[in-house]
Amino acid sequence: MAKYAFFLGCIAPLRYPGIEKSTRVVCESLGIELVDLTDASCCPAPGVIRAFSRKAWLAAAARNLALAEKMELDIVTICNGCFGSLFDAAHELNNNPENLAEVNEILAEIGMEYKGTTEVRHFAEVLYNDIGIEKLKASITNPLDYKVATFYGCHFLKPSKYKAIDNPEDAHVLDDLVEATGAQSMPRMQKMMCCGAGGGVRSALGDVAMKLTKQNLDNMVEGGAEYIVDICPFCHLQFDTGEGELGFKLPVLHLSQLYGIAMGMNAKDLGLDAHKVPVTL
Amino acid sequence: MVTPNVDFAREIADAGGAEVKMCFQCGTCTASCPSGRQTSYRVRKLMRQAQLGLKEQIFEGEDLWDCTTCYACEERCPRTVPIVDIIIALRNMAVAEGHMYEDHKKTAQSLYSIGHTVSINDKVREQRKALGLSAEPPTVIANPAAMAQLKKILAAAGFDKIVE
Repeated sequence: MAKYAFFLGCIAPLRYPGIEKSTRVVCESLGIELVDLTDASCCPAPGVIRAFSRKAWLAAAARNLALAEKMELDIVTICNGCFGSLFDAAHELNNNPENLAEVNEILAEIGMEYKGTTEVRHFAEVLYNDIGIEKLKASITNPLDYKVATFYGCHFLKPSKYKAIDNPEDAHVLDDLVEATGAQSMPRMQKMMCCGAGGGVRSALGDVAMKLTKQNLDNMVEGGAEYIVDICPFCHLQFDTGEGELGFKLPVLHLSQLYGIAMGMNAKDLGLDAHKVPVTL
Repeated sequence: MVTPNVDFAREIADAGGAEVKMCFQCGTCTASCPSGRQTSYRVRKLMRQAQLGLKEQIFEGEDLWDCTTCYACEERCPRTVPIVDIIIALRNMAVAEGHMYEDHKKTAQSLYSIGHTVSINDKVREQRKALGLSAEPPTVIANPAAMAQLKKILAAAGFDKIVE
């Protein structure tokens, strides 16, 4: 049985707890054991916190990695931001003794040490690589007929020089995962484009973020999509909270919620009532 | 006539940004940038400003903060310039000199006070309980001692000066 330290991040547990819940239930039924990464913090966010201080970002990320190392577990995340930060931080520390020594000087102040052994995984890629499409198909009890716009976001696949998960210009992993539920992945222009929220743009320059969001939504509708399936609570938040103002009503589902529905989970357990755009199953 | 400021390029590299001189101004980055399609932000221009050490132009404009860190530019750069690392380094340098949006400061303060970039409230606690989850996630938010440790290392890395 695969076993991981479950890294929650910020947006999922504090804005869309249904994503956390459905991840827990879906993983349990697929035989993936999630152990809470107790006392973890924000990853911290790769585009904002890292933009303010790379040093503070790396220290806080190292603390999260060290907590998992102590449990002798690799980390699984349900968010591209968390994945981006923790993967990048692990890459910087696990392969570079100089960086590691520097960050350990800071961690020593709280009696911690990071040895550089934690690997960081993303929920979507764990489903694809650890479980596999055939086994996932066999787990579906409620096949779906949704027409879906798959939304990869940015930090799941990029920078691809470190993350050899899929082709960032023409990816298929999420499409395969969505289609394994019976749903149909609809084609569209600029499929790999950013939602607009990242890098602190949502918080400080919200109108710019919304312009990118609208471009994505226009492309999705033009491609015939009726649902959005994401793998990042921050993209999820950007679409779910932005659609009303922009005049769209495509229900937004995190991949864990899509699988929850397809595996026959009770709609109440998916936390869909916390969504701004109504979701009817 | 503008004279290249070599020291500025070195500062960028020292801040984790690598060699900005590697950029040969082809413009693939600008053509790939989804933010630049909506704003006046031009990645190529920013890289040129960085090469020339035009610090005030970079730090005082909005362009530096229009990047969503989506990596579209970096993926396609024929010179494999780590553009996002350079932007992050430039932002670090700008913030160190006091150039920071109020909303960004709030995000930083949130991390420094509760360990997360968004707050918790009673509505979320109720939603969590209704789902059978703990009212507060099992993170630093539920453990003041762990939060104190996070705060200590953030301060040791100089973050206390940013949130002031």
